[in-house]
Amino acid sequence: MATPHVPCPALRPSAGVTFQTGARMLASRAFNLIGKRAISTSICMRGHGIAKVEDFSLPNYVDRRTIPLPEVEYVKNLSAEQKALKEKEKASWSALSIDEKVGLYHIKFNETFAEMNRGSREWKTVVGGILFFIGFTGLIVIWQRMYVYGPIPHTFSEEWIAMQTKRMLDMRINPIEGFSAKWDYDKNEWKK
Amino acid sequence: MSSTLLPKPQMRGLLAKRLRFHIVGAMIVSVGCALIYKFGVAEPRKRAYADFYKNYDSMKDFEAMKEAGVFESVQPKNS
Repeated sequence: MATPHVPCPALRPSAGVTFQTGARMLASRAFNLIGKRAISTSICMRGHGIAKVEDFSLPNYVDRRTIPLPEVEYVKNLSAEQKALKEKEKASWSALSIDEKVGLYHIKFNETFAEMNRGSREWKTVVGGILFFIGFTGLIVIWQRMYVYGPIPHTFSEEWIAMQTKRMLDMRINPIEGFSAKWDYDKNEWKK
Repeated sequence: MSSTLLPKPQMRGLLAKRLRFHIVGAMIVSVGCALIYKFGVAEPRKRAYADFYKNYDSMKDFEAMKEAGVFESVQPKNS
């Protein structure tokens, strides 16, 4: 439909001028480059036709809550009966039947608000996918704990923890509501 | 399509209705949270502290801690 897009000839700097020295070009070489570019531009202008208009650059129809009146009508090419309906619309609207009014609506719009806002069953897939990948991550974490991490410090052994607990009770850590509050100092055991 | 008319929906005062609902709800929820915290956390804590210090002998506690050997400035008596 449209003439093919002819790209302008590649604008290469003239031989001998590299990009690194571009900032410190001699005045004569700079003028050379500008001259070449001026000629190339005019060649480009003569080579172009009208660019092809892509479909996505035209006004389009969307079913969206935030766009209640889209840019174009839904039906582009009216059928014969739709054309007759449009003619009838030019007369008094109270003469239209309910079905005709609905037909006119569906020329202009695709889905009703109720239809476009309807829920879907996508959430089940989403939740399932989330749980699946969390589970997979759990497997990776378990593998990491077994094969990547080294041994835990000796301060986590049973004897050390026992000594640590005894010292915390001796120091009366949190004696009112916390740790030592749960220890019975008279009977030397944890409170029931 | 049925030919019976639907009842006319609420056309006015929508924001006022929503505001009233949410302001009342917010008041109830925030005051409720405060009351739950007061009677669930604050009052029991105050009671626990009062009970602890009612018959607390600090010197006896100090002697017990000293014998356990947790201090650096004083040692247990038989060491």
